[in-house]
Amino acid sequence: MSLLKIEDVWKHYHGLSVLRGIDLEVAPHEVVCLIGASGSGKSTLLRCVNLLETIDDGAIHLDGAEITDVRADADDVRRRIGMVFQAYNLFPHMTVLDNITLAPRKVHGVRTEEAEARARELLDRFGLADKAGEYPDRLSGGQQQRVAVIRAVATDPRLLLLDEVTSALDPTLVTEVLGVIRELKETGMTMILATHEMGFARDIADTVCFLEGGVLLESGPPEQIFSAPEHPRTRAFLQRVLEARRM
Amino acid sequence: MTDGQSAASPAPSQDAEQVGPAWVKSERQLRREAELRGRARRSISIATASTIVVVVALVVGVASSPGWPRVQELFFSPQAFVDALPDVLRGFLLNIKIFLIAEVFILVVGLLVAVVRGLRSPVFFPLRALAVLYTDVFRGIPTILLIYLVGFGIPALQLQGTPSDPVTLGIIALVLSYGAYVAEVFRAGIESVHPSQRAAARSLALSHGQTMRHVVLPQAVRRVIPPLLNDFVSLQKDSALVSVLGPLEALRQAQIHVASSFNYTPYLVAALLFIALTVPMARFTDHLAARAARRRTGGGTA
Repeated sequence: MSLLKIEDVWKHYHGLSVLRGIDLEVAPHEVVCLIGASGSGKSTLLRCVNLLETIDDGAIHLDGAEITDVRADADDVRRRIGMVFQAYNLFPHMTVLDNITLAPRKVHGVRTEEAEARARELLDRFGLADKAGEYPDRLSGGQQQRVAVIRAVATDPRLLLLDEVTSALDPTLVTEVLGVIRELKETGMTMILATHEMGFARDIADTVCFLEGGVLLESGPPEQIFSAPEHPRTRAFLQRVLEARRM
Repeated sequence: MTDGQSAASPAPSQDAEQVGPAWVKSERQLRREAELRGRARRSISIATASTIVVVVALVVGVASSPGWPRVQELFFSPQAFVDALPDVLRGFLLNIKIFLIAEVFILVVGLLVAVVRGLRSPVFFPLRALAVLYTDVFRGIPTILLIYLVGFGIPALQLQGTPSDPVTLGIIALVLSYGAYVAEVFRAGIESVHPSQRAAARSLALSHGQTMRHVVLPQAVRRVIPPLLNDFVSLQKDSALVSVLGPLEALRQAQIHVASSFNYTPYLVAALLFIALTVPMARFTDHLAARAARRRTGGGTA
């Protein structure tokens, strides 16, 4: 059974259709990469899954239950979904450790010592052991984003959503964040990534989805999408990306 | 300030692995710094000279006015100053008491009203409407008018348990008036926290209340401390308005002395006392605002 099932989802902003009938299924432990130009609807789709946006039509199911049911408890849904944002969105008034332990302590009722022990373990694993007491503004972008990833997985979510998590980073810092994501894949984390890093998508994804104008035009294993895309729009997009890389 | 330039120049990197040559100040840089030091000395001399000129002109101007001897006698009488000081000072302690008590309640009222205005659940509609009505009404009424209304209106109700002590009534009026202002300050602070912070908190499954308490309010309150202190400087002065209800605070004491001596110096005494309290507070506010600005630009560390 699929972990997440998106069925004919529509979303409009001010009369503009941002998502136009998206269908997508994600199996447990699967890594799905959403590719496409800015404004194609990747971020909006992720925000809809996390209920940060309300959809205008269709349905989203998590673990077999419809989460877009108006009677569903949004906080209960979010308890099972982690999200990492493009601009990190760490809490600037809290130390790294407090950023990570806030949700475990306040939402999941984990005792402070236990939450901190777990947080330190994660920081250690991702090479940030010495940053536990620092405030976010003392960290580099790459370090901040790694903390944001740890914050999102500290509550052991069923599903992790990553919204262009390397777009705000200096190229030299991108690899350290991608390394963390790669390691999460090895632990079997189910993930949906919106990304502009084609090489990384090819490398890590089980399924790649190409979105354009709010429509999911094509999806399949990375070898197929990147080497033999069927849709001419996909080919055109990949061509443009390739050209930009050459410049 | 002796040498602003060298303080601003980057210290040689303390990183363990330093690439490239060590920094030795060049001839050119030394000349540049000498020139800047010369300029700094010149601007200090100019500032001193112009200040002296202005002050002398003011003093000569005022002192040569035809009414000056009379003013000097009426407003600057050392004897009247000494006579009034003990009473006015005693009254001023009451001002401080009024101000301190009012301040605590103002903070509570302001924060409550601001938070209530942010509630979204339909259950809270009446509370929210009440909060809007409160800020609209009490920001619109001049403080002195409110003090009259509360001070004479509440006792006139002759309800049991309502306070009749003028100091308490004055504090209530000040809290009502300033609470509305401070609520708006808090609300501006809450709205200044970027929506992405809320999104991050909600994505971690924090409820609206938890998001406010742990993420939004701590950041909002830090940001509004300078404008809040500014309001409190203003409150310190307005504690004198309570005098219209009759308690023997600084202004009232000064009025009594003026009435008995026909000399206005006691007013000067009261004014000086207020200044003595507000100036340090204003400087402290400036200091906090400057520190916050430094933090925002990422320069200073805690």
